[in-house]
Amino acid sequence: MTDFLLEIRCEEIPARMQVKASEDLARLFGEELGRAGLTPGAIDSFVTPRRLALIARDLPLETAAVSEEFKGPRTNAPAQALEGFLRKTGLTQDQLEDRDGVWFAVVNKPGRATADVLAQAVPAVIRAFPWPKSMRWGTASQTTESLRWVRPLKGIVAILGEDLVDIDVEGVRSSYATLGHRFHHPGEITIGSAHDYVEKLRACHVIVSHPERQAIIADKAAQAAAAHGYTVIEDKGLVAENAGLTEWPVPLLGDFDPAFLEVPPEVIQLTLRINQKYFVLRDAAGTLAPAFICTANIEAKDGGAAIVAGNRKVLAARLSDARFFWEQDKKTALADHAKKLERITFHEKLGTVADKVERVAKLARWLVEEDIVKGADADLAEQAARLAKADLVTEMVGEFPELQGIMGGYYARAEGLPDVVADAIRDHYKPVGQGDDVPTAPITVAVSLADKLDTLVGFFGIEQGPTGSKDPFALRRAALSVLRLLETNGLRLNLKKAHAFALTDHVYRHVFLNTKALADVDAQTLAKFGFDPAKVTELEWQAANLGRPEIKSFVGAFASSDLPFLDFFADRLKVQQKEAGVRHDLIDAVFALGQATGKIEDDLVRLLARVHALQSFVATDDGVNLLAGYKRAANILKKEAGDLPTGNTALSYTPEIAEAALIAALDVAEPRAAQAIAAEDFEGAMAALAALRAPIDAFFESVTVNDSDADKRAARLALLARVRDAVHTAADFSKITG
Amino acid sequence: MLSFQDLILTLHAYWGKQGCVILQPYDMEVGAGTFHPATTLRSLGPQPWNAAYVQPSRRPTDGRYGENPNRLQHYYQYQVIMKPSPANLQELYLGSLVEIGIDPLVHDIRFVEDDWESPTLGAWGLGWEVWCDGMEVTQFTYFQQMGGFDCKPVAGELTYGLERLAMYIQGVDSVYDLKFNDAGVTYGEVFLENEKQMSKWNFEVADTEKLFRWFKDCQAEWRQCIDANIPLAAYDQAIKASHVFNLLQARGVISVQERASYMGQVRDMAKGSCEAWIASNADEWSVKFPGWTA
Repeated sequence: MTDFLLEIRCEEIPARMQVKASEDLARLFGEELGRAGLTPGAIDSFVTPRRLALIARDLPLETAAVSEEFKGPRTNAPAQALEGFLRKTGLTQDQLEDRDGVWFAVVNKPGRATADVLAQAVPAVIRAFPWPKSMRWGTASQTTESLRWVRPLKGIVAILGEDLVDIDVEGVRSSYATLGHRFHHPGEITIGSAHDYVEKLRACHVIVSHPERQAIIADKAAQAAAAHGYTVIEDKGLVAENAGLTEWPVPLLGDFDPAFLEVPPEVIQLTLRINQKYFVLRDAAGTLAPAFICTANIEAKDGGAAIVAGNRKVLAARLSDARFFWEQDKKTALADHAKKLERITFHEKLGTVADKVERVAKLARWLVEEDIVKGADADLAEQAARLAKADLVTEMVGEFPELQGIMGGYYARAEGLPDVVADAIRDHYKPVGQGDDVPTAPITVAVSLADKLDTLVGFFGIEQGPTGSKDPFALRRAALSVLRLLETNGLRLNLKKAHAFALTDHVYRHVFLNTKALADVDAQTLAKFGFDPAKVTELEWQAANLGRPEIKSFVGAFASSDLPFLDFFADRLKVQQKEAGVRHDLIDAVFALGQATGKIEDDLVRLLARVHALQSFVATDDGVNLLAGYKRAANILKKEAGDLPTGNTALSYTPEIAEAALIAALDVAEPRAAQAIAAEDFEGAMAALAALRAPIDAFFESVTVNDSDADKRAARLALLARVRDAVHTAADFSKITG
Repeated sequence: MLSFQDLILTLHAYWGKQGCVILQPYDMEVGAGTFHPATTLRSLGPQPWNAAYVQPSRRPTDGRYGENPNRLQHYYQYQVIMKPSPANLQELYLGSLVEIGIDPLVHDIRFVEDDWESPTLGAWGLGWEVWCDGMEVTQFTYFQQMGGFDCKPVAGELTYGLERLAMYIQGVDSVYDLKFNDAGVTYGEVFLENEKQMSKWNFEVADTEKLFRWFKDCQAEWRQCIDANIPLAAYDQAIKASHVFNLLQARGVISVQERASYMGQVRDMAKGSCEAWIASNADEWSVKFPGWTA
């Protein structure tokens, strides 16, 4: 048993690719060995900007000999069959065995030297390496068939035990020699075996372990910060990135002019992190400190003074730019910035961002005026919506797109707009991801909801809903955000109505804007349609008469987009509830209600309340028993394929005691459940239904449904149907499993 | 401490010693050193080619009327092109930094991923931006495609931002304070007025009607050159059109949608020139370089 060292050296590997590349190398190498029947005890991986390496532990010096048996044709089979078998096995006929009239071949494969296996495995791994982007280089690149690697490949170290494994990949030959740190140890160093690799390189200022470099960066950055009374704002991604940019990381602290702190902290943080890859610091009070930590790749002769001075200067220039943008942007009111949104296309078929803003402003106002979003001032909601996208054309957001919204909030406050408006501008993109905060401030909620609904209605209107894994306009995320806004704030939004409102504005703007070029008269004609959904077909007619079939089809597509839109929300809700741990059969049970009646539940809050009540109910004994009773009733009814008598008709016979009890119980439970449901008290409805449990059990115990008397049979079946229908007022229990 | 002109002379001497032809700037307005035919066209085909030159670069939209200490509408790039890319190109490059006074054991030199792409040239490559103490001083690229054609072989391209590098070496905060020479002349004395007037022309004065016309004229002239099988002359027209497009952008008369279309038209001219250049040389190249194919 011995260890194998592989190092593949190349010019600087992008930081973001290193960890994945290291994993890929270990995996592919392990697979190649596996194919040859070799299993190392362990594979240790290393990666730096200039090398990928691994040590495969405890390899045998040769692979085990294997004996494989193949079954061939029958001995009386035609000659061609035998010839084929001999070709396949590489044997001659006298080497075959005749076992009961069938040819068998036993092929003995001797063990192979592990060094030979490695000499084949390494080039195979290199040629098949899955870099996200790779390149050609040098003299060999005169053809496009030349070797590809992430950056030019420079050298290979391959040592099994203490012996060199001879490898040649397109002219790059394996050797014992590698390079240490680019500047500290520019000459070649010789590696003896896997055992001295890590320490020899460390002596030459290369820490080959990525996790170790990360730990050094995190620790030394924390120490440097603490020495100045600061703490580092944790950023694991940045630690990993810096570990990917250094072989010998040396965190150094520098400061910047505190006067820059007048620029919003988000801007400073981004300048430090994104542009310069610096760590951001906080002072004892928790506010942003006028200092940074950069990670150098050398132990500088002057202790890092020149490096810190250089980085300070670069940062000062960057922060000056940021301050210039901040001051420049503030000179223009957001309302004036917003005018420039006309120049940005939102979507070729949905107009400019300015068009979108118009629609969102109307929709936000509508949400408030319809009392869907309560406690907001309609004028302020409209104002916030009109200004929400204005920062997209500011210099600062041009430089840092990730500050959209945030900058708008700052600029709104700077020009003295009400805080609720500034907050709404800042937060209207929220919630962005699953873990993001959901806004609760009414004006923010109105703008955020309007923005997302407009996007959804628009893209469904132009038939650009998500398909399969493709969701280029992030509509699934938008719908999920809408759901979370509704749920968190308990908003009673009728989705169909909202769709109709948003749609009309979309159609109106599109048709109006597209046709106004034809003649002013047409524009006036169209303008009179206003925003009434009932006018959509009239618009269609109008469009057809204008001789613009593309507008007709546009309007038509919009007009029929309500069902896909509602279905999409239903699907999103199911996905969301499943992820939240709600049993999917319970979700189905509630959704099935609408499908059965043709009335799709478009009030999501109501729908969720029902799902949640059902979930609690089926966990109780009453729930379990009612479900059992229901299932029994439903099963009997299912066998009755024909029409069942329904309704609460007078009986032609005297009912048995349990039968009468069930009728009485239904007489009480039905109106109670109905009332509770009307009041949206789903727990109450379920409790009312739970009262049926004992009578149902008793009924099944003592009453024969399948009575020889046709009248009795019919009446009892009708009674079971009553039970089923009563239960269905809460949920379609047939969908519930278990 | 190197003056601006000594910085250039030092780089010339260094790259001349590495076997590069020291060229003079191309005498047309271009946005970057890559547009010089010594890079664009010469990076195609199998014949070895090593050159270095300074290229004045014009970026009309970057003009700031001389008011911003870091942004200019006219600045200098130092360009090195080596084909095929030598195995020690990184070491050669680091040698040039030492030559201009940057000690890599005092200053932190890093190769940070930066893939290069020029949509107007139909070109892309992989490489890095080279950082010196956190400042980008050079773009280092292995060309993979030029004009939509695979580079066979690949050329290595280095582009130094001369003003930035000089500001760093001289320790000044404004480009206009750079020592141009050792006789007391500053960069500002040479170029400040130029920045003011050209910014005004780029942003305010340039007659857009004429610019639009010039763009069309360049296209027509390009077509003539292609038909006459003179790709070098055709490429000149592509460069001109590209600059006119940049001016139109600075005048703010090209909408977002139109922008893509104009860039596509420039790219078509650049690609067409490259295609004609390859076609006119392919026979000779395949004879001289067995195994090479267009």
